[in-house]
Amino acid sequence: MIRAASDGIKDVTTPLSDADIEQLKAGDRVRITGVLYTARDAAHGRLWPLIEKGEKLPIDVKGQIIYYTGPSPARPGDVVGSIGPTTASRMDKFTPALLQLGLKGTIGKGYRGQPVKDALKQHKGVYLGAIGGAGAVLSRFIKKLEVVAYEDLGTEAIRRLEVEGFPAIVVNDCHGGDLYQDGQKAYAREEA
Amino acid sequence: MRDIHTSAITDAVKKLCMDANWNLEGDVLRAFDRALATERSGAGKQVLQILKDNAEMAKTKRIPYCQDTGFVVCFVELGQDVHVTGGGLYDAINQGVSQGYKEGYLRASIVKSPFNRVNTGDNTPAVIHVDVVPGAEMKIMIMAKGGGCENRSKYKMLTPAEGMQGVKDWIIECVKTAGPDACPPLIIGAGIGGTFEKAAILSKQALFRELGSPNPDPMLDALEKELLDRANRLGIGPQGYGGDTTALGIHLLTYPCHITSLPVAVTIECHAHRHKEVTL
Repeated sequence: MIRAASDGIKDVTTPLSDADIEQLKAGDRVRITGVLYTARDAAHGRLWPLIEKGEKLPIDVKGQIIYYTGPSPARPGDVVGSIGPTTASRMDKFTPALLQLGLKGTIGKGYRGQPVKDALKQHKGVYLGAIGGAGAVLSRFIKKLEVVAYEDLGTEAIRRLEVEGFPAIVVNDCHGGDLYQDGQKAYAREEA
Repeated sequence: MRDIHTSAITDAVKKLCMDANWNLEGDVLRAFDRALATERSGAGKQVLQILKDNAEMAKTKRIPYCQDTGFVVCFVELGQDVHVTGGGLYDAINQGVSQGYKEGYLRASIVKSPFNRVNTGDNTPAVIHVDVVPGAEMKIMIMAKGGGCENRSKYKMLTPAEGMQGVKDWIIECVKTAGPDACPPLIIGAGIGGTFEKAAILSKQALFRELGSPNPDPMLDALEKELLDRANRLGIGPQGYGGDTTALGIHLLTYPCHITSLPVAVTIECHAHRHKEVTL
């Protein structure tokens, strides 16, 4: 569900539908409440053969968001340590297939390749940016954390996070919008 | 000869690892403030402000300001009148890394082999460079180098004919291709000259100089300022959302080179610039 709040930020509640995704535009600031699944290089590496063989994945990605992150360990009493985004393009190989399976969103940092941008349009998905290197601040929005698959991977295990108001910005939308392109064009000055 | 026991080295490295990850250095915080004063982009300003808040929160809660707590790159300036006692120097450093990362709730990010990808569990081993220098002191400098930005570091062998212009264009090209992937605002270390490996090491050493401080060589200082201005005209901005603050600093180090060569290594560092040093 998407709801535009009075402060101009869009409140996003998971799970997400195609109609929800269509309402998100590059440059929109969002606050996410609900569930995020963490997965990065090693977890995607294990999901890949299952996807190729058409087997069941350890998480149902339909309507869900994957957050590309490997958190630092929690201090006793804390839910999580630091938890900011990692570079998304390393997961580009896997993303179109996951979108095809119904994944609606990914959160990371940095450029996505053209095949991912095309898949966002085709399967109605969104790529969100979280602030890289702000992992301490982002930890505040994680209310619950549970390892749901591949525990042996340590920080790279798949975790189910319950989040409240997790802040992000729409980088690539399902309409072909691209915040990086627009933003950088607006501030580029001729070279010295 | 002056004896330094390995336990003192282990203890120093352990503290440096925790300190580097919890407490963002003052030079970076001051660079954020300078950038906030000049940044035109609203989104860019907001990112810079969040990064300041993030640093404050990390310091207060003693948690790392970035979940990537880095690959420990350790430079040791070992006085030739120092005698290390109690064991091996490299073991002592790695022991310090292991203790610092475990006790400091820092992430273990190192895998045993580039092929088997099994995590070592305590962020060891470090990458260690030792220089033997005159004197009876030991200076230990550590950088906990982030992986996302390191992935955008590059090397190029230019020809002498490509000269100064070639060097400038290559460094700017590296900033461009790093883009949002490397967590701008960036800090750039470039090693120019030497051999293949010397240039790469210089590019790391260059990052230890205080941000905002002048290069001691006036020619290089002017070059750094020109390159920083060019980098900040690219429009990439904080996090790549567009803006004037693409880099906080560009630091250069040079070394003599062969008549055939003009090596340029560029280390890309993110704003989570984990660098600390101590002298024993």
